[in-house]
Amino acid sequence: MRYTPHTAADKERMLRTIGLTRIEQLFDHIPAPLRERASVSLPAGLTEVQVKRRMGALAARNATPEGWHFFLGGGIYHHAIPSAVDAVISRSEFSTSYTPYQPEVSQGTLQAIYEYQTLLCQLTGMEVSNAGLYDGASATAEAVLMARRLQPEGRRRVLLSRALHPQYRAVVSTYLKNLGDVELVEVPFDRSGGTDIDALTKSADAKTMCVVVGYPNFFGVVEDLAPIQAACARAGALLVTVTTEPLSLALLQPPGAWAADIAVGEGQGLGVPMALGGPGFGFFTCQRKFVRSLPGRLVGETVDHEGRRGFVLTLSTREQHIRREKATSNICTSQSLCVLAATVFMSTLGKNGMRRLAEVNVNRAHETRERLAREAGLAPAFSGPFFNEFVVDVKGLARRQGRFSAEKILPGIPLARWYPELPDSLLICVTEMNEQEEIEHLVRALSGS
Amino acid sequence: MLRDDIPGFPELGELEVLRHFTRLSHLNYAIESQFYPLGSCTMKYNPKINEVVARLPGFSLLHPLAPAELIQGALELLHGLEAMLAEISGMDRVTLQPAAGAQGELTGLMVIRACLKERGNPRRKIIVPDTAHGTNPASSTLCGYDVVQIPSNNRGMVEAGKVEEVMDEEVAALMLTNPNTLGIFEKNIQAVADVVHKKGGMVYLDGANLNALMGIAKPGDMGVDVLHINLHKTFSTPHGGGGPGAGPVGVKGFLEDYLPVPRIAKSNGNFRLQEDLPKSVGRVRSFFGNFGILVRAYTYIISLGGDGLEETSRMALLNANYLRKKLEGAYHLPYPEPCMHECVFTDRLQHKEGVTTLDIAKRLLDYGFHPPTIYFPLVASGALMIEPTETESRETLDAFAEAMGAIAREAKENPALVKSAPHTTPVGRLDEARAARKPVLRWEPTKKAES
Repeated sequence: MRYTPHTAADKERMLRTIGLTRIEQLFDHIPAPLRERASVSLPAGLTEVQVKRRMGALAARNATPEGWHFFLGGGIYHHAIPSAVDAVISRSEFSTSYTPYQPEVSQGTLQAIYEYQTLLCQLTGMEVSNAGLYDGASATAEAVLMARRLQPEGRRRVLLSRALHPQYRAVVSTYLKNLGDVELVEVPFDRSGGTDIDALTKSADAKTMCVVVGYPNFFGVVEDLAPIQAACARAGALLVTVTTEPLSLALLQPPGAWAADIAVGEGQGLGVPMALGGPGFGFFTCQRKFVRSLPGRLVGETVDHEGRRGFVLTLSTREQHIRREKATSNICTSQSLCVLAATVFMSTLGKNGMRRLAEVNVNRAHETRERLAREAGLAPAFSGPFFNEFVVDVKGLARRQGRFSAEKILPGIPLARWYPELPDSLLICVTEMNEQEEIEHLVRALSGS
Repeated sequence: MLRDDIPGFPELGELEVLRHFTRLSHLNYAIESQFYPLGSCTMKYNPKINEVVARLPGFSLLHPLAPAELIQGALELLHGLEAMLAEISGMDRVTLQPAAGAQGELTGLMVIRACLKERGNPRRKIIVPDTAHGTNPASSTLCGYDVVQIPSNNRGMVEAGKVEEVMDEEVAALMLTNPNTLGIFEKNIQAVADVVHKKGGMVYLDGANLNALMGIAKPGDMGVDVLHINLHKTFSTPHGGGGPGAGPVGVKGFLEDYLPVPRIAKSNGNFRLQEDLPKSVGRVRSFFGNFGILVRAYTYIISLGGDGLEETSRMALLNANYLRKKLEGAYHLPYPEPCMHECVFTDRLQHKEGVTTLDIAKRLLDYGFHPPTIYFPLVASGALMIEPTETESRETLDAFAEAMGAIAREAKENPALVKSAPHTTPVGRLDEARAARKPVLRWEPTKKAES
């Protein structure tokens, strides 16, 4: 077999050592009725060449930015990834190692995570970052669960902005509903595309556990966190911000500057390919005083017996392998290799590169929205400030999909499936990957009716 | 609204960055450099072809919110992988949404809860044996259940009688790992399942150890109602230093309606997404799960085919039993039952010299081997849980057994040498108590560095 190295002589010799003559004797203690039905009825194995052909044929039946004019965002972003990123994460020393339980031989992974935690704290302006979670949606759910641990039992109402990513809201709901004691209340958005501050201020009270808003939110709008934070502070609720496009934080005042208690999000935009939305990673940062309630892995600095600096997994008494049913979370992974990709990405671009890239995104997106208004007559749906995504209303959007496909353009994400009140709205994302020519295609495709 | 700077962020040339991470990589042990016999982790070879395929732009550059008709190849792959995993595990339907084994557990328990709730009572308790992974009780709590722990017997197995004692109409499910974490096949599983089913409960199988079962026994035939599968174990996707993995969940037909959304349906040769399913537990992860990992697992399965997967499990058993035989005598074997894909020894023989499992593990590093999983399962005090996997040669197993033998001798003749190990690693034993007492969780510029 391709991946098993045993020769016939090996097998015979090994069986003899064990005291057996046939392989089947290794499992003849298993009840016969089970063994008799166990055969795996799948086609025979393929050679590498056959595998490549077959997988290549499947891959060819998907639309990618290589063949299409591409303006999709909504939580997963098409950004340029420096070649250095894949070079590092392809190193088998990183990709084929396990969770760093033996720190003496895992300093590479541990130090990389420590650097990641540092970079994330700097990017978000928060004090503590964990080593990573599954994705932005489950990180949001974990943030709400952490708020539940931190807040007294009298506070069990969660205010979720309706402008928060709809799939994130759905995951929060799935995670919370079985606990029985948490009530989810949706706060509407207003004409700015941001959370309705008046509605939020009225709803936030002594029963509120936490307030969860997107930053930027699902419509690409940069929420005004000052009044939201003020409402939280008055009510004694925790403020949770959710960022699906982490690159925006290279330019925006970060959640930490607005005194967010917990800042989470999706890290895919930092050097991880889109890959149909996964794997990326969830980032999770918070104020230092909450550190013992954190979900997930944490790496800390220490020394060995000779005083040499080194890194270990720490505060693990929060975790499932020690605390079992009393753990802060059941999670035991940190999407480590994706986190490593983000660490290399942020290190390679550095503070100036990150900022420049963020500026290119802002400029192209704003220029595109202006041209759509001027040349295609498409009014912006919302008035709030935005980063690299915005919403426009396109008359008869649903019936124009066929023509978009014929022109090989993916002009954006129709919002009607989650927002019936926005039947003609299209969420358009413009990044550094969209050159002028492509933007012109977009303007042409969305012109007329 | 805008910030002026990201204080502390690096300013480096690309070469400096690469040198830094290349140096860090040299500080790691990895499957491609060393034998990595971590029990219950299935550290098998991660084939290169999987990586090549996952990087095809037709997979790596897909957007999850593109119209379904423009990602038909991806949906066909997902639909096909669901069917292949169902065939291998003997289950009827599979969801690929969960991002990891622990999320699979949570999803599976949610499915059980949703079904029981519809029958009138979601119930309150989950039974977990003392050999279970820590995630089992943690997932139960997260799903709103209380945990009832039951002991395994002196042969390391769960007995139907013990389950019967605690089984009542408030138990939603029993979570079982098979083979269990001692590497022992739970022979009584069907009888145990009968006890649970009779009182209207369900059987959840932690499929972490599926690498022992392909072509040997199907969980679907054992009375299992729900299971999760770790693609990063049995199906060869890289562990990545702690993820990403994937934890698909398989169920029997009567539970299909409760699986998370989206579901992928096929009609007239086309694949479409179903999001509005009223009985579904809802969404557990954004988009489609860890698609890149699913591509790798699909590639692995079609590379090996049915026969290859069966041979995989057979060779995993051969390697584990061979290693067990080689280590008998030098180390204490707490459970003499035949083992499947892994075996568990303890430090009892070394203990009288004051040498512990931790010392043995650290000394193995000096011999160039990654240690086994240690101090787990909890039922075997000072456990060394060894899973060689099928991709290791007899020569490697012999070398490992020799090193373990040498350490056993050192423990008698020169215990201080073992107790102060490791001696050859980039750093020595690290002060974990200090790390937890005064947590330093990020680098901060000192005044000196700033000036």
